[in-house]
Order: sequence, then structure tokens, then C-alpha cells
Amino acid sequence: MTGLVYDFSVITQSIDHYLVSHWGPSLAATIEFVLVGILYLLIYALVGLMLVYAERRICAFIQCRLGPNRVGPQGIFQTIADFIKLLLKENIRIERADKLLFFVAPFIIIVGSFLAFGTIPFAKGLHALDPDIGLFFIMAATSIGVIGILLAGWSSNSKYSLIGAMRSGAQIVSYELSVGLAIVTMVILTGTLQLSEIIEMQRDGWFIFKGHIPAILSFVILLIAGTAETNRGPFDLAEAESELTAGFHTEYSGIKFAFFFLAEYMNMFVLASVATTLFLGGWMPLHLGNFETFNHVMDFIPPLVWFLVKVFTVIYIIMLFKWTYPRLRIDQLLSLEWKYLLPINLFNLILMSVIVLLGLHF
Amino acid sequence: MTSGLLITFFITAIVLVAAGILAAWLLAPSSFNKQKSQPYECGIPTKGTSWMQFNVGYYLFALLFLIFDVETVFLFPWAVVMKTIGMTAFVEILIFFVIIVLGLAYAWKKQALKWQ
Repeated sequence: MTGLVYDFSVITQSIDHYLVSHWGPSLAATIEFVLVGILYLLIYALVGLMLVYAERRICAFIQCRLGPNRVGPQGIFQTIADFIKLLLKENIRIERADKLLFFVAPFIIIVGSFLAFGTIPFAKGLHALDPDIGLFFIMAATSIGVIGILLAGWSSNSKYSLIGAMRSGAQIVSYELSVGLAIVTMVILTGTLQLSEIIEMQRDGWFIFKGHIPAILSFVILLIAGTAETNRGPFDLAEAESELTAGFHTEYSGIKFAFFFLAEYMNMFVLASVATTLFLGGWMPLHLGNFETFNHVMDFIPPLVWFLVKVFTVIYIIMLFKWTYPRLRIDQLLSLEWKYLLPINLFNLILMSVIVLLGLHF
Repeated sequence: MTSGLLITFFITAIVLVAAGILAAWLLAPSSFNKQKSQPYECGIPTKGTSWMQFNVGYYLFALLFLIFDVETVFLFPWAVVMKTIGMTAFVEILIFFVIIVLGLAYAWKKQALKWQ
């Protein structure tokens, strides 16, 4: 590839050199850790606010409403206003709740989603955590969240919370299988779990095109199961507002409620990033066979833009699910997973290994 | 480097939540009211505790999940080396799959997958 290379590692390395030359390696490492922490915290909060705003506007668009449009141009500061409002709300203490677990639950949920967020490859070099077990790490980190949800529901000592938490537990736990198997199917093709390597392998074509039918199938399964795993509609019966008020976070108020909300949106972002990285080539530009001019034009678009465009396209599809399909019942939900998705997934896995064995992939 | 970053992310997440709760504690008003501290229950006073026995159906699915999740964990290392080992790995995983699918078929036949 002779096109432009937008490499962020040049910037990070120059910062690293500067810090090491001024303060020595150990202090420089500490400063870098703090910088990375602050940077990711800012991105995390910003993306969260943006997603909440996007969801409200898209929902309004689908339902022929205006949506938030008063605070700032086109209402872009609406979520910031909401955040300030939530910060100023009282944290109500529930008398008979388990105080410690009630307090700890939002921490666990945010830790789970933030750890997974750290592994997202935004662009070349803009990639904080890149362990060689990347995909496995993301699976592990996102599944911490269910513990927080169960704790939140159980410790509130409220019936709505308990039912919501139990439903949510059964649902997340079931659909985690399908997410895992869909990822394993792609790992057969990639032969590695490291996200940066997976993206490098898609330089000459995205896996959704390279992997034939099994790749497309597992992309669809990952979208469905991921939507369920992040507790979003039409699988949002854990917090079905018309039957369970708010499910597991009924008793949480103010900023603690905001954290549950934030974690849900960020889990969706992580899911969309995993789908993008595995199937849509991460930050790789779109290349069409032998159209040299076209490929060169595509190379000029920075990788960060490519990545964000793909991620937000996937998020848009997930949001469309929520606002177009009616909510499932719990028995339908579980039979969809265990009687349809799981057998299809197992079959798909065999199909993919046959294709890799025979070398039928591109 | 990676472990340092991992700890950084862990601490940052905790700091985020702690800072939010601290800010709310400093800024938000707070007043005590007997009714307000009751668990939410659509108007009527709460009857008894919510820490009670729960529908066993969820437990069944948790058990099933355990089996298949462990299976997925076994599949990860296999999937990574599948390309390099080739046919042997494929045959081995087929045998593994037959056992697993038999288990799923048994659970299906015994109505364990049916919500009750």
C-alpha cells in the first residue's frame, strides 16, 4: 500500500520520548498512565453523551416527533443538561436495602464496560490495550457487567428490581453463548485473538466479504445476540418500563442511575466496535479490487473517520432494532437463543472450519 | 506495560464512579422521609422482604449456560490453531461437538429448554 498512512503511534512515541528525556522512564510511565486514563475517561463520557442524544433523535425521527431540539443548536447539549440535572438529584437511600452491595453495583458495571472500552482499536496507534488474547479479554470484561446487574437487583430489596435482575441474568448469560460462538467462528478464519493483527489481515478485504456465508451468518448472529446481551430492545424485558418500571435499577436515583444508563450505551459501543473490527475491517478503508483511483481516494480518509463511520452505522442498525420491533416475551427470548441461535451457530462453526480446511475463503 | 495499563483502566473506572457519587453527595440536596426510603411498589406498602426463593427456571438456564460456556472456552484455543493443525483438529472437534449436541438434544427432549 502506497497511500497515506495516518499513524497515531508517531504522536504517542514522540510524547513518550519527550517524557522519558525529561523525567526518566519510571516517572514517564506513570505520567503516561495518567494521561491515558484521562483521555479515555473523556472519550468514554463524550461517546456516552453522544449516543444518548443520537438515540433520542433517532427514536424521535422514527416516531415522527421532533425530539430534543431546544438546548443548543439542534439540541446537542440536551444530554449535558440532563447530566447536570441527574447530578443534582438526591441519592435516595433504601431503608431495607443491602447497603454495601447497593453501593458496589454501579462500580462493577462501569469497571466491566470501561475495561472492554480500553481494548477498542480506534485507529493505527490509537489503541491503549492490545493484549494477544484481545477478543477473549473483551468477552471476559463485558461479562463482569452481569454480576453488577444481579447485585443491583438483589440488593435493592424491591420486587421489581429482583424480577428485572433475574430476567436480565438469564438473558445476558444465554446470549453470551451466541456472542462467544459467533466470535469463535471468526477466530477460526483469523487464527489470532489480537485485535490489531485481525485488522491488519483485512487490509486487502474485509472479513465479511472474505469469509463467505459463515461470516455473514455469524455477523447477523453477533448483531442479534449482542443486542440481547446489552439489554437493548427488542430484548429489553429486563427493564421493560411498562411492566417492571425500570427493572434492576428501579431503586437507583440521581448519578447512580446515570452510571447504569451510561454503561448500557457504552456496552453497545463496545459491541459495535467488536463487530466492526471482526467483520468490517476496523479502521481499514474500503478497497475495491483493481480500481486504483478509487482505492487511493479511499486511502485519504483518515482511519479514525473510517472506524467511527462503521461503528455508528452498526449502532444505527442496533437502534433501528429497538424502535421497530415489539418486545419479546421471556419464553420467546430463551427459545430464540437455545432452539434457534445456538444450533445455527454450532452448524455455522463446522461450516466455517470446513471452508478454512478446504481453503475456500479468499 | 499492558498490565500497568490494565490497572490504569481499572482505577480510572473506579475513580469515575467515585467522583460522580462524591460530586452528587456534595451538590445534591438530601432530606429524610420515611415514605421515600421504602422500596418502590406502585402505591401500596411493601409486603415482606424481596429476598426470597425464586423461580427455578432461571437456575436451569444458568446450569445449561455453564456447560456451554465452558465449551466455548475450550473452543477458543482450538479456533486459534485450527488453521495450522488442519484435519486432525477438525476431526477432534467433530467428536467433541457430537457429545455437546447430544447434551443439547437431551435437554431439549427433557423439556429443559421450555420456559415454565
